[in-house]
Amino acid sequence: MAELANPVHQPSSFLRRYIFSQDHKVIGIQYLITAMFMGIVGGLLAMLMRIQLAWPGQNMPLLSKLFPDGMAGGVMKPEFYLSLITMHGTIMIFFVVSLALVGGFGNFLIPLQIGARDMAFPFLNMLSFWTIVPGCLIMMGSFFVEGGAAASGWTAYPPLSAVRSAVPGSNWGQTWWIVGMALFIISFTMGGLNFVTTILDQRTKGMSMMRMPLVVWALFIASVIGLLTFPALLAAAILLLFDRHFGTSFYLPSGLYFGNHLLPNKGGTPLLWQHLFWFLGHPEVYVLILPALGITLDLLPVFTRKPVFGYRMTIYCLYAIAILSMIVWGHHMYVSGMSPYVGEFFAIGTLSITLPSTIIGVNMIASLWGGSLRFPAPMLFVIGVIVFFGTGGFGGLFLGNATSDIQLHDTYFVVGHFHLMIGGITLLAAFAAVYYWFPKMFGRMMSDRLAKLHFWLTFPTFYALFLVMHYQGLAGMPRRYYAFDKYEFLSGMVKSQVHISLVAFVLGAAQFIFLFNFFWSIFRGAKAEPNPWNAATLEWTTASPPPHGNWGEELPEVHRWPYDYSVPGAASDCTPQTVPPGIAPVAM
Amino acid sequence: MENRASYRVAGKCLAITVWLIGLGVIASGSRRWLPSLASEHGAGIDVMIRFTMAAAGAMILTGHMVLGFFLWRFGSQNKISFRLASHRMERAWSVAAVLVMAVVAEGGVLVLGMPVWAKVFASAAPSSALTVEVTTEQFAWNVRYAGPDGKFGRTSPQLISLDNPLGVDPKDDSAKDDIVDLNIIHVVVNRPVKVRLRSKDVIHSFFLPNLRVKQDSMPGMTIDLWFVPNKTGTFELACAELCGFGHYEMRGILIVMTPEDFEKWLLEKKNG
Repeated sequence: MAELANPVHQPSSFLRRYIFSQDHKVIGIQYLITAMFMGIVGGLLAMLMRIQLAWPGQNMPLLSKLFPDGMAGGVMKPEFYLSLITMHGTIMIFFVVSLALVGGFGNFLIPLQIGARDMAFPFLNMLSFWTIVPGCLIMMGSFFVEGGAAASGWTAYPPLSAVRSAVPGSNWGQTWWIVGMALFIISFTMGGLNFVTTILDQRTKGMSMMRMPLVVWALFIASVIGLLTFPALLAAAILLLFDRHFGTSFYLPSGLYFGNHLLPNKGGTPLLWQHLFWFLGHPEVYVLILPALGITLDLLPVFTRKPVFGYRMTIYCLYAIAILSMIVWGHHMYVSGMSPYVGEFFAIGTLSITLPSTIIGVNMIASLWGGSLRFPAPMLFVIGVIVFFGTGGFGGLFLGNATSDIQLHDTYFVVGHFHLMIGGITLLAAFAAVYYWFPKMFGRMMSDRLAKLHFWLTFPTFYALFLVMHYQGLAGMPRRYYAFDKYEFLSGMVKSQVHISLVAFVLGAAQFIFLFNFFWSIFRGAKAEPNPWNAATLEWTTASPPPHGNWGEELPEVHRWPYDYSVPGAASDCTPQTVPPGIAPVAM
Repeated sequence: MENRASYRVAGKCLAITVWLIGLGVIASGSRRWLPSLASEHGAGIDVMIRFTMAAAGAMILTGHMVLGFFLWRFGSQNKISFRLASHRMERAWSVAAVLVMAVVAEGGVLVLGMPVWAKVFASAAPSSALTVEVTTEQFAWNVRYAGPDGKFGRTSPQLISLDNPLGVDPKDDSAKDDIVDLNIIHVVVNRPVKVRLRSKDVIHSFFLPNLRVKQDSMPGMTIDLWFVPNKTGTFELACAELCGFGHYEMRGILIVMTPEDFEKWLLEKKNG
């Protein structure tokens, strides 16, 4: 447990302090704001998609100025729609949710919650952020290269993504996509190494692993999963780059025929990409969801004034999910043509993830039992997470099951499911976390009233939008369709598209309330008390915002677990982790 | 606590919302969403889906009711009424969760799911099956029947041209009686259909919503699947794997005919 003799002195130049900072708090906030910016981009892409789906072929002359190619004459081209879905998915998953939850709160919270002065490798931390920035720029810039942005879906299945003439987006856009993804993976590998090392090595005196808050546990396990699986996609992406530019055939079999000529490739298989992609792709959803659940479990005790239910059991479940998440990737490939016997293995394995997941769900609900509930904005979002986890999780029963997946694979059921899970849970948890830790970041409170308005406009609309998509999927509506007017069996779905789009616009617009609240409160928010939520975790024992080095001369010493609320015999209903056993009894 | 009154209101608003959501999911979910069924194995898939819908529906309803109750009840108390659960109690609830999910999820897939899956994917088509070769390309379905000799003519990608989209070898005798069609597949009711699925360019997916059939066509592979259509009529064939800008309009038709009509069609095809 490293302890510095003197607190580190803060660099004095503006550039070193706020731009190229090595302070984990600044880097965390940098990640968070980058995620917000990318979230606006990803959200606007979704709005364009919803315009097209509700009013196919609508003339939008204004947009033809921004995208002279994709929106030539003001009407969206199908290939531009495909670029939209691809980049919406890529940006939201890798450059919004990952940045906010892992990069943002991971960086901000880990040292503060375990009593460290900073991350184990501050320079590496800065480097990881400044690696992701060009990644973001490249992803956005790809819209303006020849052929437009990548259009093969966020999954980038070859040959569509490997052969330049397969779709316009597979021109330079796909190459930029690969480079952007590579930068993301490199950045998150550096970040993950830092997180794991910091958590294992930098905990303050008394902070045993079993005294860590659950959000730190979740980030720890998410980082381990990320470290073990991200490199697979980096390798896969490099192979794809070679197939595209250097004439190799990793993913291209012989006999491919495009645009009146035969390709010279021989011997590859597109299935290889799918295996490599999903070996990352599936664990990635847990990299995103585990921190979201950690945040939820961490906030519940604060707003129920009682310890979380099943702390140990939750940690075991996080481990179980981590291990299982790495051996179930094939459930994305049930109808891909891989061996049906392998499909059986993946179905049974996938459904076994429901066991630890359900335990965590039960623990979250049971944490409310007997509590004295408070409902400031963060708690509303926490309840939202629990609802989404319940409903969305049960959608997984349909898709993890190979037999029902035959009908539901690549339909809107999948779209609804993953939006509730890695879209809804993660976003609601991120909002809860921002509202909750904002006073720690800036020493000011966000407006609770606006935050509640934000919740009541976000939660029901999000739920309605993506619940409906489950039913559309049951009706067989395929995903990634530019329009639904070519099929008779989808004719019943066409009309509802307008309603769905209107709800989506409300959802999109509501996010500006959040953005306004965030930036306004940085300067104008009410001054925060030292411990505004009366919380027991370590970060509230230092100043808000914490000084460089987080604590003064002495690092805090921890005497108890992070959830000592309403301890019988204690002076108040919250006993911070630093209170010695003599003053209030120790439960754990 | 001064905020208690407002918390009580918030708790009740949330509770009512959560209850309404639970009821809404059940009400909307109990509508008939699946497209009308027209294949033999599809019944098994529908049983699997309906079982999961019922089980998930019951758990969603229970979960929402309990959550709503907690919000209603504990949103109005000033002091906690229960603090720390014993390890035994935590374990007991975990075991309960595991048992329920083991029965619903694993039990469902093992008892109801796997037999259907094994029949669809892991068993060979009966010898009486009508074999149809479907070769996908951007953005069309090339359909080929072996003809009276029961043999498909040899194909080679080197021979593909605009006039010969499948690259059929004209020197191969068994190619002479092959019947070729585009975007329309004719099959016989109650007679198994074996599809040999191939792709010329990118991945497509052979999706018959009414027949509960979905299989990707994978370049470089020939994938066999089979099913038994058990209703006559015209059914739509959709592409379910993103394949390019025409993905949304890569529509095909499956016409399920009586044996007599099918013979008539064959004859017409041969003469025409």
